[in-house]
Amino acid sequence: MAIDALEQKLRPPEVTLKPYPAKVIKLASGEDMVVRECRREDAGALLGTVYPLLGVSKDFYDVVAARMYNEILAWFRYRIANMFAIVGTIDGVVAGIVTSRHVDQKLGMSLHTLTIKRGLRVGAQLFAAKMEHHLDVLGEEEVWIVAESPIGFKRWMIEYELEDRSSGFPAVRHELGGVPTYALTRKLWEAVRPVKCTGTRPVADAQLRSAHKLIMPSEYVQLPGWKRGA
Amino acid sequence: MAPRIGIVGIGHCRFGNSSDYDLVDVIAYSAADAFLDAGGLALRHQVDQVLVANMAAGMFNHQSAVASSLVSRMDMEPCPAELVENGPASGASAVRLGYMAIASGMADVVLVAAGELMRTVTGWEATDIVATMAHPEAEYNMGLTLPGFAGMFTRLYMKKYGLTERDLALVAVKDHANGAKNTYAHVQIPVTIEAIADGENADVVNNYVAEPLRMYSTCPVTDGSAAVILVNMDSPKARLFNKKPIRIAGLGAATDTHCVHNRKDPLVLDAVRLSSERAYRMAGVGPKDISFAELHDAFVIFELLISEEVGFFERGKSFLAVREHQTDIDGRLPINTSGGLKAKGHPVGATGVSQIVELVRQLRGEAEEGRQVRDPKYGMAVNFGGFGNNVVTTILAKD
Repeated sequence: MAIDALEQKLRPPEVTLKPYPAKVIKLASGEDMVVRECRREDAGALLGTVYPLLGVSKDFYDVVAARMYNEILAWFRYRIANMFAIVGTIDGVVAGIVTSRHVDQKLGMSLHTLTIKRGLRVGAQLFAAKMEHHLDVLGEEEVWIVAESPIGFKRWMIEYELEDRSSGFPAVRHELGGVPTYALTRKLWEAVRPVKCTGTRPVADAQLRSAHKLIMPSEYVQLPGWKRGA
Repeated sequence: MAPRIGIVGIGHCRFGNSSDYDLVDVIAYSAADAFLDAGGLALRHQVDQVLVANMAAGMFNHQSAVASSLVSRMDMEPCPAELVENGPASGASAVRLGYMAIASGMADVVLVAAGELMRTVTGWEATDIVATMAHPEAEYNMGLTLPGFAGMFTRLYMKKYGLTERDLALVAVKDHANGAKNTYAHVQIPVTIEAIADGENADVVNNYVAEPLRMYSTCPVTDGSAAVILVNMDSPKARLFNKKPIRIAGLGAATDTHCVHNRKDPLVLDAVRLSSERAYRMAGVGPKDISFAELHDAFVIFELLISEEVGFFERGKSFLAVREHQTDIDGRLPINTSGGLKAKGHPVGATGVSQIVELVRQLRGEAEEGRQVRDPKYGMAVNFGGFGNNVVTTILAKD
């Protein structure tokens, strides 16, 4: 079998997903965060952004960073089907990343949310953008969600009042493993969207251009004293 | 005649999330910081009395006898040690009791250390735990929480005096500007009025918590600790400490009805007024003598109300002063120079001591660049327990 043919066998079947329309959110600090869907050529900057957090155990950054690194790499190298990533940037610098997967017309599988810039609810805004993509753009009926950190549990399970589907285990089992599965249904989304999801469209050309070339953060609050390239 | 009593050491941890540590570690950190500030850790053996302020370790951390534990952790046995619990006013109450211990002649040096770890539970559980200080039958069992109370209170004030949601946001912008420069603050990010009030995304970025209160009208849930060392300035022991004492000039405390509905006018905070009057009388000063103040802004409406009750502004006019930037760091009367509870954070049992640490820092001239008040003489802190039913006011003086 030719290598190209074997590669084709290894790649998952994919459908073409509707694109997520970029938006801009004015954060409490007054900074504009451009939220846009990632393109394949962003993978290097995304991986480089996530990598330094692999050793941060506080708030389970290590678990989330390791899993997200795997997801982005697998997406880049065609080993995961129908995955998408959304990035938030401030002046081009990555402030946060979310990953997720379209399972079928009814179901979305939320993967991870990684907040780089803390204290401005960047993660909350990006998570809401991810749900917006699943339910409003891709038109799925519900999204399955798990939390791997206490912060995630507080932000998603409690604040969104997600439906607990853990009693359905093992039939209802999130792809990330045995962590209890919760669901954001369309009905729940309709109720929380006005207070959770915001953003202005279209994004001005200059802002969009600045968000296209991703800049990896030079410092992380999660890594005191660390500097990129030092 | 009571001796002169001053503060010779201050300690403070970075407020925020201390989930890697246990409560006693966090309090011990600030206590050790205070001894280092005063001249060295060996000074802990000069302490005659330890008072620990904490509101709810039993509920947040499933821990009791925190004072005994702290003394042991600090290797300070057999120093007497007690816990002081007065809701969110526990910190200032502990300082007041420390003052009384020295004034009574039973002690010359008192360590007051305070701390609370609240982020061990979810925000909703923290709100529930704090709500247990409301009246059990008339308030708590009816579902009232402190944000709920503050929301109703704000609505009433708006109706009576014309306060707007934008005015609340202006207080938050001012507090966050100060907090952004405070290395100990939980939230060190400045916020803009456009982003949290005027802009297109403001409704979500600054979402309602208890209408009309929004996220930026409300303090965060915070872990943290603070400590001060009180000394009888006329005692020979005072000479052991390196720092010039900042004198405790006035102390006042007062209570009000437990049930808010038993008050003639819910917008009148008698305990705040009385406690401040008592503190002014003891210090021999009035509102016009105060150079800056730390006011208990668990909700920004409290900053406004308290600033009126203590006589800084006429009733119903404080928000106009905020509009005119009179309470900014370079204004006529800077308020919440630390960022206040709003930005610095509000680890409930520690807040009163943290406020007093800020007074000392300002009076010594040790605040960070950009948030140092110019040549302050008197600083005032109001620590507010319950829904204004147990209030302690402290006035410090730079002699």
